[in-house]
Amino acid sequence: MTPTTSIRGFPRQRRFHFTPTRHCLLGLGVFALVGTQASAFTAYVSNEKSNTVSIIDTDKFTVVNTIKVGQRPRGIELTKDGKFVLVAVGDDDTIQVIDVRTHEIVATLPSGPDPELFTQDQTGKILYVANENDNTVTIIDLDRRVPLGEVQVGVEPEGMGLSPDGKILVATSETTNMAHFIDTETRRIVANILVDARPRFAEFKRDGSEVWVSSEIGGTVSVIDPVKHEMKKKITFDIPGLRKEAIQAVGINITKDGKTGFVALGPANRIAVINAATHEVQKYLLVGQRVWHMAFTPDEKYLLTTNGVSNDVSIIDVANLKVTKTIQVGELPWGIAISQQ
Amino acid sequence: MIRLLLAGTLLFAWMSACAGAAEINIGYLRRTDPKSTLSLVQTPAKDDGIAGARLAIDDNNTTGRFLNQQFSLEDAPLAGDANAVTATIALAERGVSLVVADLPAGELLNAADAGSPRKVLFFNVGATDDRLREEDCRANVIHAAPTRSMLADALAQYLVWKQWRRWFLVVGSHAEDKLYGDALRRSAKRFGARIVEDKVFEDTGGARRTDSGVVQIQRQLPVFTQGAPAYDVLVAADESEVFASYLPYRTWEPRPVAGSAGLVPTSWDASHDQWGAVQLQDRFMKQFSRRMTARDMQAWTAVRMIGESASRTGSTDPKAMLDFLKGPDFALAAFKGQRLTLRDWNLQLRQPILLSDGKMIVSVSPQEGFLHQVSELDTLGIDRPETQCRLK
Repeated sequence: MTPTTSIRGFPRQRRFHFTPTRHCLLGLGVFALVGTQASAFTAYVSNEKSNTVSIIDTDKFTVVNTIKVGQRPRGIELTKDGKFVLVAVGDDDTIQVIDVRTHEIVATLPSGPDPELFTQDQTGKILYVANENDNTVTIIDLDRRVPLGEVQVGVEPEGMGLSPDGKILVATSETTNMAHFIDTETRRIVANILVDARPRFAEFKRDGSEVWVSSEIGGTVSVIDPVKHEMKKKITFDIPGLRKEAIQAVGINITKDGKTGFVALGPANRIAVINAATHEVQKYLLVGQRVWHMAFTPDEKYLLTTNGVSNDVSIIDVANLKVTKTIQVGELPWGIAISQQ
Repeated sequence: MIRLLLAGTLLFAWMSACAGAAEINIGYLRRTDPKSTLSLVQTPAKDDGIAGARLAIDDNNTTGRFLNQQFSLEDAPLAGDANAVTATIALAERGVSLVVADLPAGELLNAADAGSPRKVLFFNVGATDDRLREEDCRANVIHAAPTRSMLADALAQYLVWKQWRRWFLVVGSHAEDKLYGDALRRSAKRFGARIVEDKVFEDTGGARRTDSGVVQIQRQLPVFTQGAPAYDVLVAADESEVFASYLPYRTWEPRPVAGSAGLVPTSWDASHDQWGAVQLQDRFMKQFSRRMTARDMQAWTAVRMIGESASRTGSTDPKAMLDFLKGPDFALAAFKGQRLTLRDWNLQLRQPILLSDGKMIVSVSPQEGFLHQVSELDTLGIDRPETQCRLK
């Protein structure tokens, strides 16, 4: 297949940002299907077991399409221009690129072995990927789709959080139990902070004042000052009637204004709502079983959660802090990303 | 080989150059006498156990790199008449105060008592004997290996959940088989199963491999299991590898087998792939070109416990490590879906137990619905109110 004859495939030699009219035309039909209402966003959910991505219309909150992807899809994000969905398919050792208009897989990225979570810089040009199987973070040029380098970190890197100014990348390593602070310019580790067991996710506040790191086995969230590299606070969770072992902090989302944090608590089947200023837990919201990750709609009216064991997505009304709906998706939903348009 | 030596020399040079790194040398005491099994594929590798410890040393050193801590392992293999007490004293005299021990219960106790005045802290990764955590417990022995009662309870919970409550128990004639048999009887009583038939399988000697193969076995086993009252599952206690693996598909009545064959409770299995375990399995396979066993995992866990306490306390002192491991801040992530902690009353590591059919993980205990006021993991094994352990 050569680039000139390719219609369906993303031409390998072509740069990532492109405007071929053929793609636009082909995309139109599907776009109409998805719905064109101004308020509707599109959520993409990776289903770890069924090797699919479910596409949800966030206006109607229904699944409008299911795309077959590679094996064991987990980490999922949209490119900054909103044109593509990137999904890490760990057992295929790559990240697949899905065209949001055609819902076709148009390219793959040289992610390194067993990619799980990744993050992009603000310009959408650089992708940082955690490779669980060989203790590295791989840096990829998204335009050219080539690896730029790698950074050695602790055992089983997973969570990846980039500071809003793009200068510091926080990678968490699950068996080393550390948050590694990496200078993105020099690609060197500038600090390592021990956190509780099996850190899985890192999330910065928009103002860059704090980075939150969740520990799944430890069942806590460490709030770290990213400048001083100091632990500011450790958030713990206490749910009446639940054993400590069932409380396993995984996904973290913080509102744009930095006032409220949401932490997914895995097999506790709950989302903790946290006052992000005082770091006190305000409320626990009951969602589906083994809740992994979350994503806000761009207007932050809704927060969607992936519930691994119950094969569904819960919709949280953010203003009222209420779970309003549940949507069935594929088997073992894991990651979620929502388009900004 | 030369390349290996060179690499070793370079590594040593590099380690020496790392001046100021806190060095944590861990001894590894183990018996190397060969053990034969009924199934050829279950014959333990020569490095069974210690391979797991070596992998954990690497994992600890990856963390240690960031904390200026350097871990190493000193293998002390014992064959024939070699004495664990002498080996313990020799290790202590070389300044080794943390010892991973894969020894039979009696030898472990002797080694522990010899190590006690020398401030040696032991990590038991081989002996499942309940007495080491009960009447013969020691304040300087931490147990990463599960007990027979934990394994039996894990199996019993599943069988009861499955409504296979009527058990045909077959116990081997060796001392350790009897101990496992006792643990299974205790579990049956505890979780509401009924032993409808209780038989001993006498070990009359003989080879495990023969040219004539299974011709006779296929006739003997149906007869041996004939005439039992109606039962749901045959539960076998055969740690000595005399008969259990012969039972599946050969019972008089068509019934499943569990215990030492069939559905086996274990701390680890090569097929376990949940909760990120694939990463560990892959690392192990890459380094040792074989699958990871329960003994490997128990040793990995022990060395990771040392690594955890060293990184959290910043100390290499065994006393500080023990205090940390016993305390509320210790939680080990070991690919079992929840944190592993230490029972402070007898130094036994709490852990979920896998139920494997040798090819797949069938279930993981504790089973849902078996509740406990402290930790559901304490529904496995002898619990605090029943313990006979008095740590001094």
